[in-house]
Amino acid sequence: MTMQPSTEFHPRWYRAKVSTYWWMGSWRYLLFILRELSSVAVAWSVVMTVLLLRALLNGPEAYARLTQCLRSTWMIALNIITFCFLLLHTITWFNLAPRAMPVRVGGKRVPEFLVAVPNYALWVVASAAIAWFVLRTS
Amino acid sequence: MADKIVLEIARYAPEKDEEPSFQSFEVPFRKEWVVLDALNHIKDKIDGSLTYRWSCRMGVCGSCGMMVNGEPKLTCATFLSSYGNGAKVRVEPLRYFPVIRDLVTALSDFLVKLQSVKPWLIRKDEPPLSAGEFLQTPEQLDLYKQFSMCINCTLCYAACPVVGLEPSFVGPAAIALAQRYNLDNRDQGAQERLGLLAHPEGIWGCTFVGECTRVCPKHVDPAGAIQQYKLKAALEWVKSFVLPRGHDDESKEVRS
Repeated sequence: MTMQPSTEFHPRWYRAKVSTYWWMGSWRYLLFILRELSSVAVAWSVVMTVLLLRALLNGPEAYARLTQCLRSTWMIALNIITFCFLLLHTITWFNLAPRAMPVRVGGKRVPEFLVAVPNYALWVVASAAIAWFVLRTS
Repeated sequence: MADKIVLEIARYAPEKDEEPSFQSFEVPFRKEWVVLDALNHIKDKIDGSLTYRWSCRMGVCGSCGMMVNGEPKLTCATFLSSYGNGAKVRVEPLRYFPVIRDLVTALSDFLVKLQSVKPWLIRKDEPPLSAGEFLQTPEQLDLYKQFSMCINCTLCYAACPVVGLEPSFVGPAAIALAQRYNLDNRDQGAQERLGLLAHPEGIWGCTFVGECTRVCPKHVDPAGAIQQYKLKAALEWVKSFVLPRGHDDESKEVRS
């Protein structure tokens, strides 16, 4: 607790301290913190992609070594957690996009869901294309 | 069961208390009563020393904002019936604001921030009255109308963790109001306000928690206003590199 200095008309004001654990006070704050944390998962997935590309460039042996490493339990667990965070990251930001970028057609604001839906549609199409490309050879 | 509801109210008397404590009051549970009616009942019938702000009782003046069960609410628009007969409802002053007494918060800091963003029409030129009035189309009005609905109830400040963690943050309502004037085609002060708000205590302090928009009783969407402001600031920054001279976009002229 900290007291404000006295003022002419008020003897003192009370100002509550913000707890270090403020983000545990509501599930919405917790979701926000998880959304911010999901950036780490995004960074990790970029590192993974770079490592995969490097292994591909270095030939079959390097690629086999990397895939062997990826089969380890801790790596599978890490990538499952990363995948969950990536889903959270994508969904939360797609849902927030219409608020940050209002689209207007003919002077009227386009409903938020009409701005979010193309993002989801592109996501599904891109995911389907990548899945087709990866799975067709196996 | 008798129709009763218990209000646990934060009490703080600066002349004798070190910190607030809670006092419980039993009030009649009536489905047409809002939390403010219950507070008025307590003040009239039980304890006249209970101190709180209120005025219009119809969601317009923005005076009666309080934390109700941990949520920033206008108490004149929060029905007891939403908590149920026999429930305990905790009423506290708005979070992150200094408390003067009981449920009354100090607003001076907010008012300084509000004034700092110059929430009024700024004109570089002031044509004579004979030139006619400033006309505005419905589309031009629609651009900023949502942001002009703010009643300065400060619920958005009580919902924003950045306000609590960084007291120098200008805050949601003030930035939304700045954006309201930026988007008004009669205004020519957007560049001036951008200089005031494009810094870490202004728009860049916002982490887009989004709670300000959720609790706003007037659907102002301050979070949206701040993100749109960020986009504008980023574009201006890029323009300052591409067009180092003469990228000032404040040549709006609407007089017809």
